[in-house]
Amino acid sequence: MSLFKYSAPSSFYPLAGRLVPWFGTLAFLLAVGGLYLGLFVAPEDYQQGEVYRIIFIHVPSAWMGMFIYLVMAMYALLALVYQTRLSAMMMEALAPTGMMFTALALWTGALWGKPTWGTYWVWDARMTSTLILLFLYVGYMALVNAIDDKKRADKAGALLVLVGSINVPIIYFSVKWWNTLHQGASVSLTQGNKMAATMLAGMLIMALACWMYSIAVALCRVRAIILERELHAAWVKDIREVRT
Amino acid sequence: MDFFSMDGRGFYVWGSFGAFLAAIVIEIVLVRLRIHRAQKAVCDTLGSADPSGTENSDAGKGSK
Repeated sequence: MSLFKYSAPSSFYPLAGRLVPWFGTLAFLLAVGGLYLGLFVAPEDYQQGEVYRIIFIHVPSAWMGMFIYLVMAMYALLALVYQTRLSAMMMEALAPTGMMFTALALWTGALWGKPTWGTYWVWDARMTSTLILLFLYVGYMALVNAIDDKKRADKAGALLVLVGSINVPIIYFSVKWWNTLHQGASVSLTQGNKMAATMLAGMLIMALACWMYSIAVALCRVRAIILERELHAAWVKDIREVRT
Repeated sequence: MDFFSMDGRGFYVWGSFGAFLAAIVIEIVLVRLRIHRAQKAVCDTLGSADPSGTENSDAGKGSK
């Protein structure tokens, strides 16, 4: 059995339906565990006090905003090179979730900034490049919805996503390249951990929860997109949900 | 009460967690609505186009 079989919407639709409950349940369990660690077990920060607990949703949201865009860029490449329809559908399915996480990263960052920096917003390199990421998500969704011909819309969207992907390393490295108000990376693979073990565990578990949630919701949305686009395809008539 | 006041920073902490939860709930509701609408559209198309179901001969064929 070839994995390429699942690049066809007709094969991917039932597979996605089977995977959604697994990823959804995993996301829920991880979120419960992560929030318990973050809100009840992790100690108070010696400098920031209790307000630092925003980290348990701010950092996972920011990571997901960037990561989802990179996944979209990978699908954009597949859509342009191999002309796979499912890749374009996955891009469309991922964009709203990526946009939501980027908006949440900005919102929670602003609410964290006020008590710690004294301001909700500054035109800092990290924050400005994240705002540009939000505009890229909005721009992509506006573009694909503005063009009636789906093939042209997918191509234009894929190009925009690929060009915009240059912004992701800029966001990530902005705190190293420029002298910013935003703090440096809290987690590094090369340098030692700067956080208490329970803080780090809570944050990583919440990041995993957001990851599982994103997969579940994107799979759910791509099923809707497949039905919308393949409305008149013969295989759609055999789907169990529409027959019952 | 100390837990909810968060050292007097409750507005910032719960404002963040509340927005996070609200966004997740709204997204799940919107996705469920979208898939229900899509399934309804398929049902409507099936109902109006092929009540006998005789056009299903090539069902299951997918294309890349």
